[in-house]
Amino acid sequence: MKPPAFDYVRAESVQEAVQILAAHGEDARVLAGGQSLMPMLNMRLLHPSVVVDIGSIDALDYVRVDGDDVEIGAAVTQAELRKRPECHQHLPLLAKALPHIGHWQTRNRGTICGSLAHADPSSELPLCLAVMEGSVVLESQSGRRVVKADDFQTGMLSTAKREDEMIVAARFPKARPGSGHGFSEFARRHGDFAIVAVAALADGSNISVAVGGIADRPAVLTFDNTDAADEILNRFAWSLGGIDDIHATAKLRRKLVRTLGKQTIEDALACRA
Amino acid sequence: MPRINKDQRSLISLTLNDEAVSGYAEPRMLLSDFLRHELGATGTHVGCEHGVCGACTVRLDGKAVRSCLTLAVQVQGRNIATVEGLADHDGTLSPLQQAFRECFALQCGFCTPGILMTISEFLEQRADPSDAEIRNALSGNICRCSDYNAIVAAVKQTVRQVKSVKL
Repeated sequence: MKPPAFDYVRAESVQEAVQILAAHGEDARVLAGGQSLMPMLNMRLLHPSVVVDIGSIDALDYVRVDGDDVEIGAAVTQAELRKRPECHQHLPLLAKALPHIGHWQTRNRGTICGSLAHADPSSELPLCLAVMEGSVVLESQSGRRVVKADDFQTGMLSTAKREDEMIVAARFPKARPGSGHGFSEFARRHGDFAIVAVAALADGSNISVAVGGIADRPAVLTFDNTDAADEILNRFAWSLGGIDDIHATAKLRRKLVRTLGKQTIEDALACRA
Repeated sequence: MPRINKDQRSLISLTLNDEAVSGYAEPRMLLSDFLRHELGATGTHVGCEHGVCGACTVRLDGKAVRSCLTLAVQVQGRNIATVEGLADHDGTLSPLQQAFRECFALQCGFCTPGILMTISEFLEQRADPSDAEIRNALSGNICRCSDYNAIVAAVKQTVRQVKSVKL
């Protein structure tokens, strides 16, 4: 289908963009790469009165190492981040997860921050942000605030972002020396929405494992007893409340948490530097 | 800041296959429809219109993108390449197109323009791809009547024939 009619504003600065958001509230939508927003518009799931294009704001096109974090501006695409040396050096989990996002052509347009704003329960970047305990930087006319991943994504396609705010950057903590990471997902075809996606970090004796695709937002579990991983993953699988739908049964989803979870934790343990 | 009202048709000027062109579009017009209906470039096909099938893939400033997930107003002043630009002006097929013909890598041809535009960028970035990399690159293009094995064979034939020339 075709999108409904809307006014189009090409913002030249963040100040201009948040001015539009302040004036229009939830009737305004931010367009960056458009790989989540455009399908929603084409399927008439959204009817904004104005679309604010932030894709030409050069000030949002940056990747910057800032203390213990790597900060990624809202105009950076998934394909661009994968090519950046900062990604391979400091964000090995993202380097592993990025190729799973959509397809070659959608990664060329889709942005890191756009994926976080869309907050699909099965998508890769919110999962990575959750397990890494990263944060998003929100800006409105009244200023900036930084919201932790756990507080940011509140449910399916829902976040703590107010309607007058936009994401200007995401902050992913740098991988600590000696830590390991793993990422895997199960989908019917490469690039489909994951039925279950798992991200894991191993840091010292601590394991953090995050599961996407089952609950209405990424679920994170941290434990330090790797010998009991099977039982811990089994309890985790049951706690997520998976349901039967046309894509998979609840039983398959639980099984995937156990098997993919185990494999991803083993990957994380094995690649500890 | 430039603002275009919803029913206002604005002039979009861009470079299409190395030629300066222009047309009019209201904000909601998709790049895929702009190419086909305003510019008459009907080589780009429209399938699912939500980014899944890949038929509408074009190259925007060299990158393979979904033209159904891009607005015409977003390509003001940009560089678009479509399937019409692959063959020489005298009709000589590009090595990639020739390989598709020789390997029977299409039947109805509906998905082919999108696949050609995807693979043309892919082969610029991967001079000697593995089978797995080729299949991975093709995962965003759905073909319903032909044979992915033939498409992979055509890509491999192209790799053998040319190294770093225009695809």
